[in-house]
Amino acid sequence: MARSTTTRRKIITTAAAWAVGLLIFFPIYWTILTSFKTEAQAINDPPLFFFFDWTLENYAVVQERSDYMRFLWNSVIISGLSTLLGVMIAVPAAWSMAFVPSRRTKDILLWMLSTKMLPAVGVLYPISLLFVKFGLLDTRTGLVVVLMLINLPIIVWMLYTYFKEIPGEILEAARMDGATLREEIVYILTPMAIPGIASTMLLNFILAWNEAFWTLNLTAAKAAPLTAFIASYSSPEGLFFAKLSAASTMAIAPILILGWFSQKQLVRGLTFGAVK
Amino acid sequence: MSFANALRAATSLALVFGATAQAETITIATVNNGDMIRMQGLTEDFTTKTGHTVEWVTLEENVLRQRVTTDITTKGGQFDIMTIGMYETPIWGKNGWLVPLDDLSAEYDVDDLLPAMRNGLSYDGTLFAAPFYGESSMIMYRTDLMEKAGLEMPEAPTWQFIRQAAAAMTDRANDINGICLRGKAGWGEGGAFITVTANSFGARWFDEEWNAQFDQPEWKEALEFFVGMMSESGPAGYATNGFNENLSLFQQGKCGMWIDATVAASFVTNPNDSSVADKVGFALAPNSEGVEKRSNWLWAWALAIPAGTQKTDAAKQFIEWATSKDYIELVAAKEGWANVPPGARTSLYENPNYMEVPFAKMTLDSILSADPNNPTVKPVPYVGIQFAAIPEFAGIATEVSQEFSAVYAGQQSVDEALAKAQALTNDAMEAAGYR
Amino acid sequence: MATQHSRSAARLMMAPAVILLLGWMLVPLTMTLFFSFKKYLPMRGDSLENGLEWVGFENYVRFIGSSSFWPSVQATLVIVGGVLAITVILGIFLAILLDQPFWGQGVVRILVIAPFFVMPTVSALVWKNMFMDPVNGILAHLWRFFGAEPVSWLSDASLQSIIMIVSWQWLPFATLILLTAIQSLDSEQLEAAEMDGAPVVQRFFYIVLPHLGRAITIVILIQTIFLLSIFAEIFVTTGGAFGTRTLTYLIFQRVIDSQNIGLGSAGGVYAIILANIVAAFLMRIVGKNLDA
Repeated sequence: MARSTTTRRKIITTAAAWAVGLLIFFPIYWTILTSFKTEAQAINDPPLFFFFDWTLENYAVVQERSDYMRFLWNSVIISGLSTLLGVMIAVPAAWSMAFVPSRRTKDILLWMLSTKMLPAVGVLYPISLLFVKFGLLDTRTGLVVVLMLINLPIIVWMLYTYFKEIPGEILEAARMDGATLREEIVYILTPMAIPGIASTMLLNFILAWNEAFWTLNLTAAKAAPLTAFIASYSSPEGLFFAKLSAASTMAIAPILILGWFSQKQLVRGLTFGAVK
Repeated sequence: MSFANALRAATSLALVFGATAQAETITIATVNNGDMIRMQGLTEDFTTKTGHTVEWVTLEENVLRQRVTTDITTKGGQFDIMTIGMYETPIWGKNGWLVPLDDLSAEYDVDDLLPAMRNGLSYDGTLFAAPFYGESSMIMYRTDLMEKAGLEMPEAPTWQFIRQAAAAMTDRANDINGICLRGKAGWGEGGAFITVTANSFGARWFDEEWNAQFDQPEWKEALEFFVGMMSESGPAGYATNGFNENLSLFQQGKCGMWIDATVAASFVTNPNDSSVADKVGFALAPNSEGVEKRSNWLWAWALAIPAGTQKTDAAKQFIEWATSKDYIELVAAKEGWANVPPGARTSLYENPNYMEVPFAKMTLDSILSADPNNPTVKPVPYVGIQFAAIPEFAGIATEVSQEFSAVYAGQQSVDEALAKAQALTNDAMEAAGYR
Repeated sequence: MATQHSRSAARLMMAPAVILLLGWMLVPLTMTLFFSFKKYLPMRGDSLENGLEWVGFENYVRFIGSSSFWPSVQATLVIVGGVLAITVILGIFLAILLDQPFWGQGVVRILVIAPFFVMPTVSALVWKNMFMDPVNGILAHLWRFFGAEPVSWLSDASLQSIIMIVSWQWLPFATLILLTAIQSLDSEQLEAAEMDGAPVVQRFFYIVLPHLGRAITIVILIQTIFLLSIFAEIFVTTGGAFGTRTLTYLIFQRVIDSQNIGLGSAGGVYAIILANIVAAFLMRIVGKNLDA
């Protein structure tokens, strides 16, 4: 009797969870699907949900007009390097906050987060002028630095929450054994924190990938990432749903695939030490 | 004349150029309109002729404006050529931000540019941007629906006729709206449309002392007329419709009439994209009965060289290529005469091949009848028809058009919107030191 | 426990991050403050090289005196509040649902987190054109299928539409954090309560919700930081029309459309003040929770 109720309950839960999951995913499904339609099919009434002549035409058109690989490569480089650089700067900071806390640690942490509240448009001119002055416009270097700085507070905070979960006694013991600070970090802390660092990097890679204000305003042709690629397909003249869908799919596919493969890591990355 | 011959000719040309100038790579910012995308596709021809290569930065219109404006005001120097319009050109030219195009080659034949375009893209008599294509606005209507309604479109109709015809053509049960017009917020979208409509009711943006004129009866009359007509015969949700949305509605056969840019004519008559390609007629933009001015605007997308670029020569070569007579021939040979960039050159409208295109004459007539120095009946202190060529206009008109769009969406009354428009315009003009 | 040695080492290790962020904050902030007291209209030929005219607090007075200022603050708060409410409530519901045993947990979880990977520009474009378009959008098709008049989402329900788009992007984030928190809930405690005959609602309010306190705080904190400055979603969909002009967007209009850098900078300073008020308010609630 009890067993049948749990089975029934499981069936209901399954139905509900799948319904919600599909509903949330639907816009993405629809975008991918539309990218395989012709422009006329894309606005067909009633909408075509699966049965139509699939075509790759939109991808061909998009690829012919813009060199997708170049945008993709810029996105990968900029997101990757800014994340790497950010983690290199954040690890020592988070370490000291977690293991040598002072009265001001929490204030510093919150202050770091508050630097993210400066609205980007408000400082568009100052930053643009600085970029012009230092010749950083349309360079990957410039973008790597800016995106690193934008995400640094989040990186520090996430790493801090992981490090705090590592029991201090282990470090104490190592110190007793005469381990230097460097050895302590390299041999003890880092191996324990690797999952945390990995998920932090993953989350920041996503945030950098999706950043669309600075990447658009500080680039032209050479350093332009996928956000600029998208800006050339939004609302052109005439029917454009299918081509927009193809461009959108191309812009989100790499990160979507990466996210799916590393789902478990990311789930951990998103906890922010919320689990207690 | 074979392909091989042409190739040989092109190669020898390249050799001649290549000997005199070194090959450069120029960066061009442009808008993602159909004609520009076509130009992008033909870049190869430019490269074979000159040896220079091109990096394209193709952006959606709003993003492009934001991008190039920031670049020019901060002297970013990211682009060797920028695609700008008739609004920006005189302002930027005046500030010395653009390279004067006063030494174009003799073959380019600068005198062949339509005078209206040339004037609109000059400051103080100097040309600062070369028109890639130019446009006015006109009525595009469905001949079949007009016939069905038992009406005949005059060559130069009035707003009153348009309203009556729109009501007669409307068939909501079959998803046909008598008229589709821009209501979308933004100075270049609904803002431009309501401004020209107001012009044709005798209204103006500013009096000679730069006082806002939204408290005048002409504005109220124009806005009430527009809202009344659109609620009778316009599509649902027209408050968010701009050029693209209306184009798509018209192509799907959901509009009886559409008053918009003359360049749209080639899209609505293109059987590949339009389901009503063979049923489209054209007429001059309307005026209100008894008002001398018609509601047609004047605009050009043009190519300009920002001052400070190191590659002025290569950039000039590109501009000469892209806005030349040869480029028009090139597009005509590849895509047919209906698809060449219109509205820039007199010679195009003297070409018998082009004049066979159904909308050619009406486009020219519309462009010729637009006068940026006298946009409306009363005198104005500004130049420009659907805009006033002062730096503050884009900001003010965007906010004003947002107030108007709220009227179209039924969120406030005409009087409320006009009062707000009046206040915010005077406020902004005061901030800028005009009043 | 920490020695003097490790304290100075700690300070040294924190230095790069702190100095970089200090620079990143101070340099633009100083420039913004500087511009906000100047008349800076680049389109009228003002430039740094030629020197800018000092105008005192004029930009501040004008920015706050504009009829658009208070509505923009209100729009900002409504959007932030609306998105927070939706993501937290739906997030809790989803977290509880996904915590139950069911077939295909892994796949469903992937489906649910997917929106988080989509660029804000892309999601705004997709929603605006393919879903909310009153003629060709899929919602319009759906409405017509049921014989209803399609809704012009972005004009008639503009704020709600934007809240919905942004919520869709942030729901995965909230759900995941809340899910991990729920998974750590002691199931024995829940079972005991169930045995005692405590009804579902009571179990939720007395056991689940208190346990989620810290996770909810983190969701609110992180999301607020990102939501206060949302831009792409408004730029792409309404362009600030129909009451969706947030403070960020108003500053954008002053800086880009009106090309009034001084006025926009004054707006930027107000935005920082608003952000700090919201932050202080949050810290008061959050601060304790964060300590743990």
